[in-house]
Amino acid sequence: MMMAPRQEYWRWAEGSWADPDRHWKDARVVTLGIDVGSVSSEAVVCLDGELYAFSTVRTAAGSVESAENAMKGVFERTGLRFDDIHYVVGTGYGRVNLPFAHKAITEIACHGRGANYMGGPSVRTILDMGGQDCKAIRVDERGKVTNFLMNDKCAAGTGRGMEVIADLLEVPIEELGPRSFDIDEEPAAVSDVCVVFAKSEAMARLKDGWSKNKVIAAYCRAMAERVAALLQRVGVEPEFFITGGISKNIGVVRRIEEIIGVKALPTPYDTQIAGALGAALFAHALYLKARGKPQAA
Amino acid sequence: MIAHYGYQDAEGEFFITIDTDRCGRCDGKPCVAACPRGVFTVEEDPYGDTVVAVDDRRRKRLRYECAGCKPAGDRPSLPCVRACPWGAMTHSW
Repeated sequence: MMMAPRQEYWRWAEGSWADPDRHWKDARVVTLGIDVGSVSSEAVVCLDGELYAFSTVRTAAGSVESAENAMKGVFERTGLRFDDIHYVVGTGYGRVNLPFAHKAITEIACHGRGANYMGGPSVRTILDMGGQDCKAIRVDERGKVTNFLMNDKCAAGTGRGMEVIADLLEVPIEELGPRSFDIDEEPAAVSDVCVVFAKSEAMARLKDGWSKNKVIAAYCRAMAERVAALLQRVGVEPEFFITGGISKNIGVVRRIEEIIGVKALPTPYDTQIAGALGAALFAHALYLKARGKPQAA
Repeated sequence: MIAHYGYQDAEGEFFITIDTDRCGRCDGKPCVAACPRGVFTVEEDPYGDTVVAVDDRRRKRLRYECAGCKPAGDRPSLPCVRACPWGAMTHSW
């Protein structure tokens, strides 16, 4: 008997984008930022220091393969070739393994720079909710990091934790946020110290008769409480900006805003690319610096 | 820049905090040699300053790496903190 393939509820959409109003051949400086994260990898191309194109893919087994997949997406979208790029900066978990990058820069600094571009110079506090870590970052008006904290000891409060819950409840990951508000009363959070405990607790609540939406709400609240504690350690100063894949989960974002009492700044950009965008912006500044045209790097 | 290295888990918060603006003024970085567990490393930060950071391999085990310097009874000042001439380092636990 043939078994139907199991739906992967955690699987988020990969994709690419390019600015239809611009062409890279018109640019003086073409730079590439590559963010190889633990769950997703992004490639961003900037033309003269402005966002032009990006690609987001799921991270493969190796950092180089992941970076190549992300670059392939952006090259296919734009017609660019690697030889057309003037400077490449790698960032993220796999940044040290990218032989084609001119420089590796920490994801903390790149998220600071990327959020400064996306949210503007008034952004002071950034929360990056990544695939397997969570970062609270304070920046100045130029996006330079003044204070940071990263917690990657445990998957609770990260995208991977959200994927586990999506799979457990058999709810597509992009529906988790909206469904977390479709409840009669906000439940208490499940365990926020460990994803395995949270999963066990979610299963217990389902057996107690809780609806899936109520369990989702309890998990979103747990994530929000966990990351809010990290934010409070570095201090929250408006404007507040959220990057990373979990920023697309409105159920977590709204609960964080409620706990810390500050609204996250809206942005038209895909905040999942903030790290790679920051890397491409650093690449632009570093290229100009190498050519004898100093820029703030 | 205030850099918090470490983690928060079910047992608590274990962070070593380094003020890199102060750390960058120090030429000798004596805290690196003072640590009996080799927790620290010297690196160039993204803004070009040479500063002390917690070694990536030890970041998630700080509670255990630092345990020898933190006896339960009378606790002497920590060798790393004592060695820092700029008062740039603190521990959260």
